[in-house]
Amino acid sequence: MADKVVMDSDSVNRTISRIVNQILERNNGADDVVIIGIRTRGVHIAIRIANEIEKLEGIRPEMGTLDITLYRDDLRQKTEWPKVERTEVPFDLDDKKVILVDDVIYTGRTTRAAIEAIMDFGRPSSIQVVTLIDRGHRELPIQPDYTGLKLNTLSSETVRVHLKEADGKDEVVVVK
Amino acid sequence: MAFERKHILGLEELNAEEITLVLDTAESMREVSDRDVKKVPALRGVTVCNLFFEPSTRTRSSFEIAEKRLSADVLNFTTIHSSVVKGETLLDTARNLEAMGASMIVIRHPMSGAPWLLAKELNSSIINAGDGWHEHPSQGLLDLFTIRRLKGRIEGLKVAIVGDILHSRVARSDIWGFTKLGAEVRVVGPPTLIPKYIEDINVKPYYNLEDAIRGVDVVIMLRIQKERQDSEFFPSLREYSRFYGLTREKLKVAAKDVTVMHPGPINRGVELSSDIADGAEAVILEQVSNGIAVRMAMFYLVASARRTS
Repeated sequence: MADKVVMDSDSVNRTISRIVNQILERNNGADDVVIIGIRTRGVHIAIRIANEIEKLEGIRPEMGTLDITLYRDDLRQKTEWPKVERTEVPFDLDDKKVILVDDVIYTGRTTRAAIEAIMDFGRPSSIQVVTLIDRGHRELPIQPDYTGLKLNTLSSETVRVHLKEADGKDEVVVVK
Repeated sequence: MAFERKHILGLEELNAEEITLVLDTAESMREVSDRDVKKVPALRGVTVCNLFFEPSTRTRSSFEIAEKRLSADVLNFTTIHSSVVKGETLLDTARNLEAMGASMIVIRHPMSGAPWLLAKELNSSIINAGDGWHEHPSQGLLDLFTIRRLKGRIEGLKVAIVGDILHSRVARSDIWGFTKLGAEVRVVGPPTLIPKYIEDINVKPYYNLEDAIRGVDVVIMLRIQKERQDSEFFPSLREYSRFYGLTREKLKVAAKDVTVMHPGPINRGVELSSDIADGAEAVILEQVSNGIAVRMAMFYLVASARRTS
């Protein structure tokens, strides 16, 4: 079990800052931008993005959290069903630019489920996907708009994103 | 913790952990009803049959909405229009529905135990929507859910159930649910309508309404079934109402922040005065809205247990 650290605390922070700047550049500021994090790690990253946008632009974008359990495409298979956690999107999504945040993109199935869920809340003008790590192996035609770090991984490896809020420190490791 | 029950038949057989999981899941389900599109795809392709052998509007509608919000296909089967009137047995009816592809059956039946029979004989998941005088688990769960949301806990609360305890499946499910989660439950009503075994299940009987509700946090009023007034359980509806009907005056002895619940339909002026039914203490419509979320949670958990078993 050799764990390889691919991002340390500094690089996690710098990467999030860079993504925030890219978001602001592409959207000409933060007007109509809302941030939605996918449970659980995506929510922590989403909050950090919102904090940085507030620092730079002086306004805090609205924040939501998404639990995609009820939208999973494997509920008809023999896997253990996860506990349904709460989704909170307490604002209108019509004509908003939704920044959808997850920690790792892999098969693309989580992102697909999240997009479907967002569509049930309204008709945003766009959905842009942020991921801290893109580890490849996509099974659906879905690509992130903002990527922290692209990693070549084996399917047998696991990518763990540790964040201060949940794990005590910021770090990304690849576990063989 | 994973939910491992293929059926939800009664609260007597669920443990505190399982009940809490249903309530937690319902908390997440509640949000779906606040959305523009009140539908999630979780039960796509699953056929659920609502098999009702007793008239019911509220419970059946609530189950149906819950099924539809989870994207299940819904089949309603009520006895007035069915071959039950032609003499078909319960089991044959249910087997036919299963043959049509139903994998979950919601059953309401006047005979206590009917859902257990189906659970034993069929492959479908059975959800009890009320059997005889026995249990009405979804009502018990939604009562727990409503109170937990309001008070933040169940443990340590004092709960009084008022009325016809003997014939009430709601009372029995509430008693199991609230006692399992650590509340103190009392019942009150005319002695003819309080079952003899009540103290054996850790419930204290009262025969005077004010004594029973003194200091309680929750009052659950039961509907008095008017058809029973001819069967000598109490002398007259008027007398019943005078002794056991809840009025603002009588409610003064309860805790300051008391909550009043009623499973509906209400007999206004009989068990509940209108100023209470429409007052700030009453959460009767809240119970109805919560019922949908709780039933969605029941379907989700039962479906998950089916899939993994």
